[in-house]
Amino acid sequence: MRNTTKFVLAAVAAFGLAGQASAAEVKACFVYVGPIGDFGWSYQHDQGRLAVEEEFGDKVETAYLESVPEGADAERAIERFARSGCDIIFTTSFGYMDPTNKIAAKFPDVKFEHATGYKRETPNVSVYSSKFYQGRYIQGQIAAKVSETGVAGYIASFPIPEVVRGINSFILGAQSIDPDFKLKVVWVNTWFDPGKEADAAKALIDQGVDIITQHTDSTAPMQVAAERGIKAFGQASDMANFGPETQLTSIIDDWAPYYVERVKAVLDGTWESQDVWHGMAEGNVVMAPYANMPDDVKEMAQETEAKITSGEFEPFTGPIKKQDGSEWLAEGEKADIGTMLGMNFYVEGVDDQLPQ
Amino acid sequence: MIEAILLTIATAATPLLLAALGELVVERSGVLNLGVEGMMIMGAVAGFGAAQLSGSPWVGLLAAVCAGALFSMLFGFLTLTLATNQVATGLSLTILGLGLSGMLGESFVGLPGLKLQAWAIPGLSEIPLIGKLLFAQDPIFYISIALTVAVWWFVFFTRAGLTLRAVGDSHVSAHALGLRVIRIRYLAVLFGGACAGMAGGHLSLVYTPQWTENMTAGRGWIALALVVFASWLPWRLVAGAYLFGAVTIAQFHAQAQGVGIPSQFLSALPYLATIFVLVLISSNRRMTMRNTPASLGKPFVPER
Repeated sequence: MRNTTKFVLAAVAAFGLAGQASAAEVKACFVYVGPIGDFGWSYQHDQGRLAVEEEFGDKVETAYLESVPEGADAERAIERFARSGCDIIFTTSFGYMDPTNKIAAKFPDVKFEHATGYKRETPNVSVYSSKFYQGRYIQGQIAAKVSETGVAGYIASFPIPEVVRGINSFILGAQSIDPDFKLKVVWVNTWFDPGKEADAAKALIDQGVDIITQHTDSTAPMQVAAERGIKAFGQASDMANFGPETQLTSIIDDWAPYYVERVKAVLDGTWESQDVWHGMAEGNVVMAPYANMPDDVKEMAQETEAKITSGEFEPFTGPIKKQDGSEWLAEGEKADIGTMLGMNFYVEGVDDQLPQ
Repeated sequence: MIEAILLTIATAATPLLLAALGELVVERSGVLNLGVEGMMIMGAVAGFGAAQLSGSPWVGLLAAVCAGALFSMLFGFLTLTLATNQVATGLSLTILGLGLSGMLGESFVGLPGLKLQAWAIPGLSEIPLIGKLLFAQDPIFYISIALTVAVWWFVFFTRAGLTLRAVGDSHVSAHALGLRVIRIRYLAVLFGGACAGMAGGHLSLVYTPQWTENMTAGRGWIALALVVFASWLPWRLVAGAYLFGAVTIAQFHAQAQGVGIPSQFLSALPYLATIFVLVLISSNRRMTMRNTPASLGKPFVPER
């Protein structure tokens, strides 16, 4: 692994030198945890980078490093970018949090944007994240309407707050339609392994679920669902190609508006450190077209989406009980942001024990 | 339901078995090729690409085999002709394969692939429980079983197999006897590459018919480990690969049933169970010693 990174860094250094002659006013750089060809997380970030190129043309130059492991390699990669004349650096994985802050302290003139973290140690660091869970609520509602067996399967990656929030939001949505709706959760302990994700999907289907939803990055579960003739939700990007008659909808991470906005701020000299958590309202969370469902279900989904977008409705609004039956949120009470960001418990109705 | 589970297990085990079979022959000839993951992913991308361009998954399978074999020749040239360090060269082959396949496959990302359809043998496939498992599988499954038999027979019951083992045990003596060590090793490496390529083709044409970077996700390494734990015996490879597949699938079912065991432990279980069982069956040390190729990993430079 280390060798690859070195090789990549050397290549980037060479490109950096070659690029010094260009007339770009701002250089925007991106560090990705996966390959841009994953058709999921890193792919969507790279789509954001391409949108920046499209928007500003010659005025902005972009560069990226892919498959950068979290840890010491990340620190080297970020530092190399900072030295090579990047004006703004987007570090797009949770594990880049400490390296980003460390390098930011060394390069006060470079702006740093860290995705999904919470540390801002110097005024040149911003953090940004996305409310994917809003889309999960809608998916839960659709699942409860469309499912015949009343059980959905959830392929989960790692028991971190981001994923737990998604599971909770899904079951809240489902139970708002059918209070007896059940959810089976399978943890695959990886973000990306098409084979394993496919196996998990098959196991869930063999256990009688007729809706598959996933919080892992590959398109394999969608394909399995298509093969077995059940319905599924896509993840991170529109996966309709892999199941034209299978995909109900998909939560699409659209980073383009944010990246364009932040690069523009650097161009205009108005960039300031901030901590944002964007969702549907800001266009960061987008739902793929609602398909393969009856019209009334579609209308319901669109209505919920409109309410979430306008701020009229928020999935984590009481009354909500925790899995053990104890009260979490009272009638009308909204979850505070700290609990949301650190969510490490299930709400009532999830048929699984949360791995600790 | 049991039938469906058994089918899933076979699909999960086939690529491991194929890649491991190839590596077994390579290691029997005294060469340690750590590039299985790299050859596998090259097979996966070539298989997917060729199937897309030609419209036939069979062309894809052929391309996968050729890509793995071709890629292994790079390793062969470096380690056999130029006598470079096998460990370092194998590792670089993996790294190169992962990177190169990502670049070659860039335009295939996000496209649904063509699936190599299963062959159901009429009559036999209707036997309850095992009918579908044994007689209604994808073609690569049949090839993997046939190859296991062939490799076992070749290694232990043919003159050529004896020659292969002799080269792997003592290349100096084999050379002194007039055996063409380098040529035999080239052929073994070529076979290993073809098998790894086919295993990759299984991933992108049967298991999950799509192309995504890094889609082998470490299966090449598991295959490598299986060869050692199976003490270089083909039938133990089958046991190891199927046990690994079975435990993987079983733990997903356990999770879906809501068994209260931490999922991190369940995810580790396939590795633990496979190591445990294979260590147990190879606990006869004399037997294991006899099967370990003594020249494994040592470069051979013939004295002129």
